[in-house]
Amino acid sequence: MTTVTTQIKLTPEHSARPGVSMRSRLQDALPKIVLAPSFAITVVFVYGFILWTVYLSFTNSKTFPSYSLTGPRAYQRLWRWTFESDPPSSWYTSIINMGIFGFLYIFICLALGLFLAILLDQKIRGEGMLRPIYLYPMALSFIVTGVAWKWFLDPGLGLEQTLHQWGWTTFHFDWIKNKDFVIYTVVIAGVWQASGFIMAMFLAGLRGIDGEIMKAAQIDGATTFQLYRRIVIPLLRPIFLSAFIVLAHLAIKSYDLVVALTSGGPGGSAWLPSNFMYEYTFKRNEMAVGSASAVIMLMTITAIIVPYLYSELRERPR
Amino acid sequence: MLRKLLIGTALGSGLAFAAHAQDVKEVEMLHWWTSGGEAAALNVLKEDLAKQGFAWKDVPVAGGGGDAAMTALKAMVAAGNYPTASQMLGYTVLDYAAAGVMGDLTETAVKEGWDKSVPAALQKFSVYDGKWVAAPVNVHSVNWLWINKAVMDKIGGTEPKTFDEFIALLDKAKAAGVIPLALGGQNWQEATMFDSVVLSTGGPEFYKKAFNDLDEEQLKSDTMKKSFDNLAKLVTYVDPNFSGRDWNLATAMVIKGDALVQVMGDWAKGEFNAAKKTPGTDFLCYRFPGTDGSVVYNSDMFGMFDVPEDRKAAQVALATATLSKSFQSAFNVVKGSVPARTDVPDTDFDACGKKGMADLKAANEGGTLFGSLAQGYGAPPAVANAYKDVVSKFVHGQIKTSDEAVTQLVNAIEDAK
Repeated sequence: MTTVTTQIKLTPEHSARPGVSMRSRLQDALPKIVLAPSFAITVVFVYGFILWTVYLSFTNSKTFPSYSLTGPRAYQRLWRWTFESDPPSSWYTSIINMGIFGFLYIFICLALGLFLAILLDQKIRGEGMLRPIYLYPMALSFIVTGVAWKWFLDPGLGLEQTLHQWGWTTFHFDWIKNKDFVIYTVVIAGVWQASGFIMAMFLAGLRGIDGEIMKAAQIDGATTFQLYRRIVIPLLRPIFLSAFIVLAHLAIKSYDLVVALTSGGPGGSAWLPSNFMYEYTFKRNEMAVGSASAVIMLMTITAIIVPYLYSELRERPR
Repeated sequence: MLRKLLIGTALGSGLAFAAHAQDVKEVEMLHWWTSGGEAAALNVLKEDLAKQGFAWKDVPVAGGGGDAAMTALKAMVAAGNYPTASQMLGYTVLDYAAAGVMGDLTETAVKEGWDKSVPAALQKFSVYDGKWVAAPVNVHSVNWLWINKAVMDKIGGTEPKTFDEFIALLDKAKAAGVIPLALGGQNWQEATMFDSVVLSTGGPEFYKKAFNDLDEEQLKSDTMKKSFDNLAKLVTYVDPNFSGRDWNLATAMVIKGDALVQVMGDWAKGEFNAAKKTPGTDFLCYRFPGTDGSVVYNSDMFGMFDVPEDRKAAQVALATATLSKSFQSAFNVVKGSVPARTDVPDTDFDACGKKGMADLKAANEGGTLFGSLAQGYGAPPAVANAYKDVVSKFVHGQIKTSDEAVTQLVNAIEDAK
């Protein structure tokens, strides 16, 4: 109540002195003016181009955009390909791979990140040295990660070859050359890169937990397992949300990892929808199909992220 | 305020004009020949143009390979900022010509006699609607075998003349404990090899109908099934690690003697040259068994864009220099390909180059010069890539039988048309 009255009292003073009023109005407008360019850029280059892509997906665009609407032919083709599993169409392979990769990548990163963070949180010596070691892979680009793992996993160059030279000749690991397993090598490389970062996020969360709660629980006779199961992990919920969002967008945009690691895999068996989109838009000159696949990717992401964000953020002010 | 704006505009356009006036003596060129040998070959052209007073300006392309360059080109053309010329492949030239952004070099072509010296099959891609829109730089042919001579001598092999003899040769290599066939398991390499297999299995007429005319009857014929069977036979001779291997690594296996033979286009010769190997003594080049007399080609072209009048002189100079006999010879000796005109003397070429030139001339005259479907000279990119998908899925086992492969091929091509 008091604030309201002071504001009312202030207003006449302002209008009495036009110079000050001008200045305060400028001050009010300044944030908007400063934000305006980036707002305009976002509107045009993100939302504008989303609309443009949606429009293109209903045209018959080939090498170049064409602007006459010709109906949902591109979507019909994608829909048909969605169910072509024997032999798998490129689109079918892409979406199945997205499911496998997305689930395993997010799940393993979260589990491994949390596990490492809990271990590091045991007040061990040399934590300052260990943390950057786990975090470092995140500093590498997907291309570097992909090439390094490509060499490491290549049966003729890397792990298998080395173990054979050391005498373990029955060792066999050729997933990267195998059409049914190549997508799991993408998971391995992806997890290696991101789990350290997720660990750092969880570690920050663990450090933020009030020691009093822990002590209280211990006094009540909670075992260590119960402590983590019932108290620590539920308290880390906001970290799970942030980590999930970071991982989900990394998973969906990981085009370069697939290219660098597998160059598409045997017979295109490592494709993700982003590879499909690039391939069709730019290499095969089927811009309409490429756009349609991009739109479907966007809708899928929206369908997953929006309800999750909604439920998580609504419960916050409990 | 308005006056200021006007002056600003005038100044701006003045500057723009000045920039154009400077451009006249400059060739702006987009290409992806950045590796050692190719860059050296292209240097010949730069020097030719420098003698005539034209400066050379590369359009930088991030990353090697044609894909990045084509994406960059698309953006440049969409922005109305045409380069003088760009390295282009096959149907891309025609796509851009259909979009109305290509220039017209017919005058120069008539003066220089290109229509007589450039093979008719190539003119399909360099001439659009009666106008010359591109200058072909070279002709690559894909139906070659590259054989390590030391290994060949060791196993006592001779030049295979038929597909069955080829299989027998591979068996000998297998028995001797060398990898018989060096193959990179990437879809374009598998499909490039399949081009040769189809030509060998079905003969020139069949290849043309199936892979250039996309005749459905031929695509689903028993001959096509037989071709897939033959491909399956060949794949049994590769090493287990072939999947995903780059083509030049496969060539290196032959150079080092780890493998006997690679089926690859003549750009593989560049790798042998770079390793200081001589044809005839270190390695052998034969036509893919059963395809002698025919040439399955692809070709690099310099697409010429519709540049403003004041940049046309530079463009004409570039095109003329590109198709000059001296450049055609100097460039192709290094690149491993053969000249895009059939009246260039073969004195500077090695044995393989001489054979390639003679074959091209004979194929041009005999009507057995065909575009490679795998390399995008048989059909537009959508179809060519659909074809590569099917071949690759067949090689890697997603498609299990040749019956299924043929059905898939017909469907995929129909879908992509």
